[in-house]
Amino acid sequence: MKSGHIVASFDDDLSELNQMLAQLGGLAETQFANAIDALERRDNRNIDAIVQGDKQLDELEYELNERALEIIALRSPVAADLRRVVVTLKVASILERIGDYAKNMAKRSRVIIEHENSKSENVSVARMAALVQQMLNQVLDAYASNDSDLAMDVWDRDTEVDRMHTSLFREMLARMSENPEQVSASSHLLFIAKNIERIGDHTTGIAEQIFFLANGQFPDDERPKADKSSVSGLDQI
Amino acid sequence: MTETNRPKIRAQHVEVHYGDARALHGIDLDIHAHEVTSLIGPSGCGKSTFLRCINRMNDVIDGCRVNGAMFIDNEDIYGDHMDVVELRARVGMVFQKPNPFPKSIYDNVAYGPRIHGLAQNKDALDNMVETSLKRAGLWQEVRDRLHESGSSLSGGQQQRLCIARAIAVNPDVVLMDEPCSALDPIATAVIEELIEEIRSEYTIVIVTHSMQQAARVSQKTAYFHLGNIVEVGDTDQIFTKPGNKQTEAYITGRIG
Repeated sequence: MKSGHIVASFDDDLSELNQMLAQLGGLAETQFANAIDALERRDNRNIDAIVQGDKQLDELEYELNERALEIIALRSPVAADLRRVVVTLKVASILERIGDYAKNMAKRSRVIIEHENSKSENVSVARMAALVQQMLNQVLDAYASNDSDLAMDVWDRDTEVDRMHTSLFREMLARMSENPEQVSASSHLLFIAKNIERIGDHTTGIAEQIFFLANGQFPDDERPKADKSSVSGLDQI
Repeated sequence: MTETNRPKIRAQHVEVHYGDARALHGIDLDIHAHEVTSLIGPSGCGKSTFLRCINRMNDVIDGCRVNGAMFIDNEDIYGDHMDVVELRARVGMVFQKPNPFPKSIYDNVAYGPRIHGLAQNKDALDNMVETSLKRAGLWQEVRDRLHESGSSLSGGQQQRLCIARAIAVNPDVVLMDEPCSALDPIATAVIEELIEEIRSEYTIVIVTHSMQQAARVSQKTAYFHLGNIVEVGDTDQIFTKPGNKQTEAYITGRIG
């Protein structure tokens, strides 16, 4: 809706909510990037800060919930305004979840850094992380610019993440069976890969909300899935 | 069209002029039985004018001309043989300000059945008054004071008295022109609950300035603007995903 609300303070409320969500998105992105960075550089100096940083995300999400409830109670939004408030709530909870994954990745990275006998090169984790970071960045841009085409582009790209995760999973299983002394570190790496894959899924969740916000309905097609790791065993390597 | 989905009321290209000014530009609208249809839109959009066409209240306004056709049960109420007094018994109306007659509570409700000769004797009339007051959710509050003046009641009670009066003659259709705009939120909630309870027996058309009220009480909503219907549809659809930008601008409180 281009033109403003007759009650201008209603517009102010909605844009405040948008700003809070943008801030939350920025925080989630930073947490995710820092977690990846710590793992890639095998640098555990930043890990406590990442774990602490998650509290900020939680608090901001809580504040955003309060604000959204207030708007619903006091403004009784309808139609696109109502979708905006509800979508903001849902996206905020997805971002909070992404923050949780980042925190979990940081904790697991610490174990890997401390217990890894020899650094195993994991180019594929880095590649997958880079792709998901890009998707998260793009979906937040799509939200900020109400661009549901851009959001759907992210939605489509998750198949690529799923494929990468499946092959990474098989690769790790193979490595663990060949190097039993690396099972501890590798298991944590597997979970990190899964976390990244889940963040990819969550970006498609945000993309769907953006589509719903713009069109009042959810995208028609079932999203193509290519993550086969949950049905992969050693015999398939 | 089958019996069940045939509209109770069908407006076909209804045009209304007040002198040279055209208030309605050819309205087509189907209104179904046992549903509440709300008419919303900014002041002067023609929603009340349209409501008043349904029981020919516009007949009494000087210089008002109605063209087109308005069918109730397939009968054009603007046809030559229509008995307007009989029509208004079939199509009751409740107004913005409660307007009880300066008579007792009992006589307010008994008024319609008396002039239409609906009751054979005193017992039957008592019965009609009691039934109507019960349906209007007022019986418990007034059963012991039926012979007090109608205007001794509170605003909300008066409005329920007017609803009892309207339904006492057993109409098919009840028209409501902003029935709650003079009432406090509790009295409004009571009336809205009443509308929900009685809708299975009537066809209800309500004009309201309160979008939230339209959303709460009606199954269908028609949005009027400058004498036209911009959009009509299921109320839940109109308030979550209106098809028309103008409707969206209006219901979200934006300048169109």
